[in-house]
Amino acid sequence: MAGLLVVQGLTKRFGGLVAVNALDLVVAEHAIHSVIGPNGAGKTTLFNCVTGFYQPEEGRILFRGEPIEGLRPDRICRLGITRTYQNIRLFANMTARQNVLLGQHVHLRSTWVGAIVASRFTRQEELQAHREAERLLAFVGLRGKGGVLARNLPYGDQRRLEVARALATRPVFLLLDEPTAGMNPRETHDMMDFIRRLRDDLGITIGLIEHQMRVVMTISDRVTVLDYGTKISEGTPREVQGDPRVIEAYLGSRRASGGDR
Amino acid sequence: MRDALAVGLLSGAVAVYLALVGVVEQLHGRLVLAEPVRLSLGQVALFLAGLVGAMAVARRAAAGSPAAAVLAGALAGVSAGAVLSMLVLAGPALNVRAMFVNASPPLFDLITLGRGPGGVPAILALWGALGAAAGAAARLPAGARRPLAWGAAAVLLLSIFQELAQLILQAGERTAVVADLLFTSDSPTPGAAAVVFVATVALNALWRARGEGFRRRTETIPPAARRVLRMAGPALAVVAALLLPAVGGAFISQVLVIVGLYTLMGLGLNLEVGFAGLLDLGFVAFFAIGAYTVGLLTSVGSLGIAQMSFWAALPVAVIVALVAGVVLGIPVLGIRGDYLAIATLGFGEIVRLLVLSDFLRPWLGGSQGLLDIPKPVFGGVELVGPEHLFYVTLAFSALVAYVAWRLQDSRLGRVWMAIREDEDVAEALGVDLVSAKLLAYGLGAAFAGVGGAIFAVMLGSVFPHSFQLLISINVLALIIVGGLGSLPGVIVGALALVGLPELLREFGEFRFLVYGALLVVMMLLRPEGLWPAAEQRRELREHVEATEPALEAAAAPPTAGEPTGG
Repeated sequence: MAGLLVVQGLTKRFGGLVAVNALDLVVAEHAIHSVIGPNGAGKTTLFNCVTGFYQPEEGRILFRGEPIEGLRPDRICRLGITRTYQNIRLFANMTARQNVLLGQHVHLRSTWVGAIVASRFTRQEELQAHREAERLLAFVGLRGKGGVLARNLPYGDQRRLEVARALATRPVFLLLDEPTAGMNPRETHDMMDFIRRLRDDLGITIGLIEHQMRVVMTISDRVTVLDYGTKISEGTPREVQGDPRVIEAYLGSRRASGGDR
Repeated sequence: MRDALAVGLLSGAVAVYLALVGVVEQLHGRLVLAEPVRLSLGQVALFLAGLVGAMAVARRAAAGSPAAAVLAGALAGVSAGAVLSMLVLAGPALNVRAMFVNASPPLFDLITLGRGPGGVPAILALWGALGAAAGAAARLPAGARRPLAWGAAAVLLLSIFQELAQLILQAGERTAVVADLLFTSDSPTPGAAAVVFVATVALNALWRARGEGFRRRTETIPPAARRVLRMAGPALAVVAALLLPAVGGAFISQVLVIVGLYTLMGLGLNLEVGFAGLLDLGFVAFFAIGAYTVGLLTSVGSLGIAQMSFWAALPVAVIVALVAGVVLGIPVLGIRGDYLAIATLGFGEIVRLLVLSDFLRPWLGGSQGLLDIPKPVFGGVELVGPEHLFYVTLAFSALVAYVAWRLQDSRLGRVWMAIREDEDVAEALGVDLVSAKLLAYGLGAAFAGVGGAIFAVMLGSVFPHSFQLLISINVLALIIVGGLGSLPGVIVGALALVGLPELLREFGEFRFLVYGALLVVMMLLRPEGLWPAAEQRRELREHVEATEPALEAAAAPPTAGEPTGG
C-alpha cells in the first residue's frame, strides 16, 4: 500500500518484554494520524523506532518508499522526519532563538572555517537563519521572546518552542508526542487549531500520540489503537470509537498504569 | 552567652590548628606592617580566625542590644585567646613538639607578640578588645561596614603584593621616591598602610553615597561617547598588558608567560568541556604533543630531525595536535559523562608514559628529554627572555581567543552547545555527533598544541615529567573557577589559579591548601564562576526582565500562532 510512511511487521523487544509486536501501519500523506492506547501500549516506542532512537528487532520502516530502519537519527531527520517529546526536551540553557537556529542546522551550509574568518557567505547565511528563527518564533506565538533562556519560559511557551524548533528542520512528517499534555482546555483548543494549520497551511503530515480523546476524535483523519504493542483497531475516529476491542482495552481490563513506553 | 563561649572556643581551636600545622609560621615570614608595629601575615591569620568567630556570634545576637553584641564578641574573643594562651602555657610542658614539629618557641613568641608566657594577660585583653571591635563592626550598618572591610582588604593586598608594587615603582626615578615613602625593604610602613586604609574607606564611602547619581549621569551621555567610554576599559587593559613586562621585569614576565600558556590550554579545554560538555581529564597530552613536535623539528641537538625555525615548526605542531585530538576522540565517541572523564584520564598518562618509554627513547630521549631547542627569532631579534616570550604568548592567546569567540556564536558553536544540553535531541535534529565531537576534540587539542609549542621554546628543552596529570586537573579547575564556557573567564581563572600562586610562592606547600579551600568555597558561593558565560549571567538578569513580557502575555489571551504563513 502506498503511503508516506509504511511500517511492516515492526517488532521491538526489551529483554523479554515485547514493546511493539509485529506492527503494520500506513500513514497517508497529508493525514493527521493518531496513535492511541493505554499506558505502556508501545506508542512512544513506535515513535522512537521511526525516528531512529531505537533499532527494531524485526520489520521494515519505509519513508517515501525508502527503508529507514537502522539509520542514525540525524540521517532520518535529514530525510524529513522530526519529532517533539512527551516530556519537553528543549536545550534548556540556550535561548529560544538558539533552539530554533539549531533546528535549522540541516539546512545551513557554512563551515567553522567560514565562521572564524567571517566569510561573506557565513554572515549572510547567519543573517538569513536569524530572520527565519524570528519568523518561526512569531509563527508559534513567541514573538519577542527569542532572547529568553528556554528553561525560563512558561510551560505552554516551552511546548510551542519545541514545535518551532521541529518546524525549523522543515519536516515532511512531524511526530507530536502528547502535545497537549498539561494544558488547560483553552490552550488545548489553540493547540488543536495549530496542529490543523500545520497540516493545512504547511502541508506537513502529522503523527500524533494523544491521551485526550476529545482532541484525537476531533482532529484525526485516522486513528490506530495499540494495546500491549499490538494493533487492536484502526480506522476513522468514528469507527474506532465504536470498536468493542477498543472499549475493552480502555475500560474492561485496565491495568495499573506503568511507564508509557 | 553560651553561644559566644562555644564559638570562641571553636575559633580558638581553629587558630591553634592553623598554628600547629605550620600555616601561621609560614605566613609569619611576610610582614603586613613594618616597624614599629611589626605585624606579620601569620598573626593576621590568627586574628582573623578569632575575628570571624566573634562576628558570627555578634550577628547571631542581632536581637539583643548593640551592647550585648559587643559583649558577646568580646567574650568570644577572650575565649579564643584563652585557647591560644593554653597552647603557649601548656605547649612546652606537654612537649607538644614531639608531635607537631611546628610547635616551636618562635611560634609561641609570635602568638604572644614576643612577650613570652608572661604576656598571657595582655593577649587575653588584646583578643577581648578585638572580639569587641568585631562585635561592634558586625552591628554597624552595611554602609559603614563595607568600606571598612574594603579598607582592611586593601591594606592586606598592599602588603601581599608589596614586592610586585615595589618592583614596578622602583623602575622609574620619580616613582621610586613614592616606593621609598610607602615601603620599607620588605613591607609597607604603618603610615602608608594608614593612608591606603583611609583612602580606600573614603573612596568606597563616597562611591556608596554618590555612585547612583554618577551612574545616572553617565546614562545621559550620548550613545556614541558612551561607546567610547565603554571601550576605554578594555583598551586600558590592553595597554597595561603590553607595558607589564617592561615595568614588571623578568619575574613578572615569566609568571605572565605561564599564565598565558595555561590560558591557551584553558581556551582549548573550554571548547571541549565548556562549549560541548565533553569532559576531558587527559588534556595535557595535546600540550605535550605540541611541545614534542616543536622540540623534534627545531632542536639543534642530537635528536633534532629538521632544525626548522620555530615559526615553521609551529603550524606543524598545531596540525599534529589537531590530528592527535581527532584520533584520541574516535574511541571515546560513544562514551558519556563520568565514563568519559575516566576514559580520557588514560590519554594523558598514555602519552606521558610513551614519551618516557625505552621503546621511543631513540627518538624522543626518554626521561632525558629533548634538549637544545633554539629560541625563536623574530625580525632579526632572538626572543630570549620571558619579556620577549610574553609578547609571543600574548599574541597567540589573543588569536586563539578570537578564534574561540568566533566559533562560540557560529553554527558549530550552537551544535556544541546542543550536544552539551541533550545529545540525543541534537542528533534527532540532524546533528552529526561524530563530526561535531571530533571537531571539538581536534580544535581544543590544536589550541593546547600552540601552548605546548611556546612551552618548548620557553624552556629550551622538553621532558616527560613536565606533563603530569596535575596539569590537566589545573586546567579544568581554572576554567571552572573562571566560569565554564566563558572566554574572559578562562583568563580570569588562569590569573587567579596560576598567576596568584606563582606570586605567592613563599607560602610553599600551603598554596595547595588555600587552592583547595578556595575551590570548595567557590563552588559553594559562586558556582557559576568568577566571570560567568553570557547565558548564565543573562539567566540571572532575565528573571527580572522576563516577568514583564510574561505578564503582558498573560493579560492578552495567548494564541497558538499568528497566521504569518509558512
